[in-house]
Amino acid sequence: MSKLQVSLYRYHPETDSAPYMQEFQVDTQGRDLMVLNLLEMIKEDDSTIAYRRSCREGVCGSDGMNMNGKNGLACITPLSAVVKNNKLTLRPLPGLPVIRDLVVDMGLFYKQYERIHPYLQNDTPSPAIERLQSPEERDKLDGLYECILCACCSTACPSFWWNPDKFVGPAGLLQAYRFLADSRDTATRERLSELEDPFSVFRCRGIMNCVAVCPKGLNPTRAIGKIREMLLANAT
Amino acid sequence: MSNMRSLTFDAIIIGGGGAGMRAALELAKSGKKTAVLSKVFPTRSHTVSAQGGITCAIASADPEDDWRWHMYDTVKGGDYIADQDAAEYMCSEGPKAVFELEHMGLPFSRFDNGRIYQRPFGGQSKNFGEGGQAARTCAAADRTGHALLHTLYQNNLKNNTTFLNEWYAVDLVKNANGDVVGCIAMDIETGEVVHVKSKATVLATGGSGRIYASTTNALINTGDGIGMALRAGVPMQDMEMWQFHPTGIHGAGVLVTEGCRGEGGYLVNKDGERFMERYAPNAKDLAGRDVVARSMVMEILEGRGCGEHGDHVFLKLDHLGEEVLSKRLPGIVELAKTFAHVDPAQEPIPVVPTCHYMMGGIATNVHGQAIAQDAEGNDHIVNGLYACGEAACVSVHGANRLGGNSLLDLVVFGRAAGMFIESALNEGIEYLDANEADIETAMKRITRWNESEGGESVPALKRELQNIMQNAFGVFRQEDNMQKGVQQLAELRERIAKAHLPDKSGAFNTARVEALELDNLMEVAEATAIAALERKESRGAHSRYDYPDRDDVNWLKHSMYFPAEKKVGQRDVNFAPKTVDMFEPKVRTY
Amino acid sequence: MVTNITNLGRSGLSDWLLQRASAIVLALYTLFLVGYLLLNPGLDYMAWSGLFDQTWMRIFSLLAFISLAAHAWVGLWTVTTDYLKSTGIRLVTQTVIILAIFVFLVWGIQVLWGA
Repeated sequence: MSKLQVSLYRYHPETDSAPYMQEFQVDTQGRDLMVLNLLEMIKEDDSTIAYRRSCREGVCGSDGMNMNGKNGLACITPLSAVVKNNKLTLRPLPGLPVIRDLVVDMGLFYKQYERIHPYLQNDTPSPAIERLQSPEERDKLDGLYECILCACCSTACPSFWWNPDKFVGPAGLLQAYRFLADSRDTATRERLSELEDPFSVFRCRGIMNCVAVCPKGLNPTRAIGKIREMLLANAT
Repeated sequence: MSNMRSLTFDAIIIGGGGAGMRAALELAKSGKKTAVLSKVFPTRSHTVSAQGGITCAIASADPEDDWRWHMYDTVKGGDYIADQDAAEYMCSEGPKAVFELEHMGLPFSRFDNGRIYQRPFGGQSKNFGEGGQAARTCAAADRTGHALLHTLYQNNLKNNTTFLNEWYAVDLVKNANGDVVGCIAMDIETGEVVHVKSKATVLATGGSGRIYASTTNALINTGDGIGMALRAGVPMQDMEMWQFHPTGIHGAGVLVTEGCRGEGGYLVNKDGERFMERYAPNAKDLAGRDVVARSMVMEILEGRGCGEHGDHVFLKLDHLGEEVLSKRLPGIVELAKTFAHVDPAQEPIPVVPTCHYMMGGIATNVHGQAIAQDAEGNDHIVNGLYACGEAACVSVHGANRLGGNSLLDLVVFGRAAGMFIESALNEGIEYLDANEADIETAMKRITRWNESEGGESVPALKRELQNIMQNAFGVFRQEDNMQKGVQQLAELRERIAKAHLPDKSGAFNTARVEALELDNLMEVAEATAIAALERKESRGAHSRYDYPDRDDVNWLKHSMYFPAEKKVGQRDVNFAPKTVDMFEPKVRTY
Repeated sequence: MVTNITNLGRSGLSDWLLQRASAIVLALYTLFLVGYLLLNPGLDYMAWSGLFDQTWMRIFSLLAFISLAAHAWVGLWTVTTDYLKSTGIRLVTQTVIILAIFVFLVWGIQVLWGA
């Protein structure tokens, strides 16, 4: 069994003037490890490698990275799903500034998330118990609330690459729709008016890169389409 | 350290999980200068992994439900060393806290009448154990923790909470009087070390499951708050009490919610027998977690385990049908496919008891104030220090936590700590400032690592620690094995004190964070080991071959581990709830 | 909300609608012309110029030209805001584009009605 060829993006702001690729040969002993396990093996020998990780089961969204050209979560991506010709190239999520190695500055991504007011707004007084919601109304939130903010989608989106300061991006828009679709939210009009400019929503060209990479199988493109429909209904 | 930057807050909350963010929300609303300091972006905290739900008597599934029944279950589940005043507070305040979450937007699943969906969980009963199985766990499918954590983060954004994200708290700073007046923290992105001054320091750092080799816990669960408190001389309560969750995916350790069994799934051995019927004839697969975990290990030890090595059992879900699986347990289907390579709609999931939850921690009252003991065994408050969530031991979980009670613990006691700190700040708090020497003391550890030149590597030492704990302090324990474990840990401590951090750079140095975490793992492991050796009985999650029975004469007590002397003392359990009669210890059967 | 003054409708929704409506007009116009050419294989100048002498054809053509102008402006405005990050260069480019579109539109009208 030949060793796996791993090509790893390296950059240390204190010592490197430019990023470079470093090659590693890893003996996986034929096991179909997750990419995160592979990184841990490499880091045992070279502790200077930096990446984020937390839950290691695909729910915290820490270890989004670009594996052989495709964004995904390292902890739930088995080598068998990405390795081609015994070679694996690991890069940080594209389009965001690199802090060190695989760690990117997610500031712009979070800013776009915050911009859509990602919290329930309801101007009626809270009842003594919960607000009632029918199972059918609640079903509308499925496929929306599960987002883990890993940024795999937004950093796979050319519109977000070009205008990360103006285009909300697929992750933020999925959450925008999560609140628009919630029967308990009463700020629909305000939310829509914040989104009708030429950038926030309308930079989406529907190429569905976001859908292709979402590790949770969510569909931001569909949510964006729904927002457009709501904007249209609101304006006509 | 005069060149070190300092930040000043009214309250600093260390940890951005459910408990920390619930406390922060309360303080942010009050307008106090508060910050949440978290080593990960808050939604990456381990609360996100909680699946099954939040147990609370909101009387949705059963309009007759009563928080006193929930309190009874909690006290019984904790094998009677849960503090009854605390359990009373949690169960009675719970509904308020859960409704607040719903009002904040938490997307709970629903019943047809529009109320919050509740499912049965282990150890739940109606009418003080007389009325059969209850369904009391409020759920958002099987992603309740995720939904809860995101909702709390979102509402903190709404209330403009200050976040110090990807900052790592290194150690507490105490003044000359021994009051906690802040901490030393490192901005991970730059490596800058900062003195954070605060009138209230809240440890909401979660659990420490990573002391074991096999755990459901996130990689970040390294007991940082426990480590910091122990180094500051604060004693730890009930550290021997570690919950092993019955259903961790064999090999991967990933959690499979108890909700699976709540929805009708059950465990089978290699003969296909539903063996829990033998161990818990009434509750069967929904007995307390300690009971189920022990039964599973018994099956495996007696040769009825599944698989080539007979080292696990199966969790059968296929009879529930695609509909229930996709509606109620979609996350489990995903996890089973990814980590066990089985589709639960077709095949059973291989599972094994896996370290899951630390019942022990920093002793606190219901307001989150940390409690220490003087030489005569009298309680006293540690000024300036608070704890909530898994890092705290209020104690509502006693010797064994019930499923769904951890999320309730987070929001109820996070909220309580926030409210108490707000009123304390309003009344005015003045502590002596820390002097140079105090700060120097808190800097000792990070300085040690930064100046290390050669020595053993962090990952290897960590693995060794985890293996010691796994082998000597697992589901079943016995004297000789634990003695050996304690010995090995003592040796390991010496080696860790001389271990090496090769990377001394500043920016996003995860190796430094892992080194600092290793110190904390060491503290937690040693506290666990010494307390486990000392408690000479079997109670809740603490099961000893050599002392197989519960000993209410000598051990109807909390254990208190004192770090300076490495000695274990006792602390009285509270049997004085305010509004109900206390629950007398009874033989615990399910 | 992002405020950007150089786009057409100052609203993403109106731009988006305009883009789609103009695309439909252009598609119909193209289909008509292709169909006309296919149905008239031996097309000569007389017939072609006769077609454009009809008022309905002139209106249809004008609609297509206006649609083309609007479509091109929205599209190219988007392209320039994607790729031209320097405000100066972007503004100059947009000015050139809008001038060119204006010239082509006026020229088109002149061709239709001028003869």
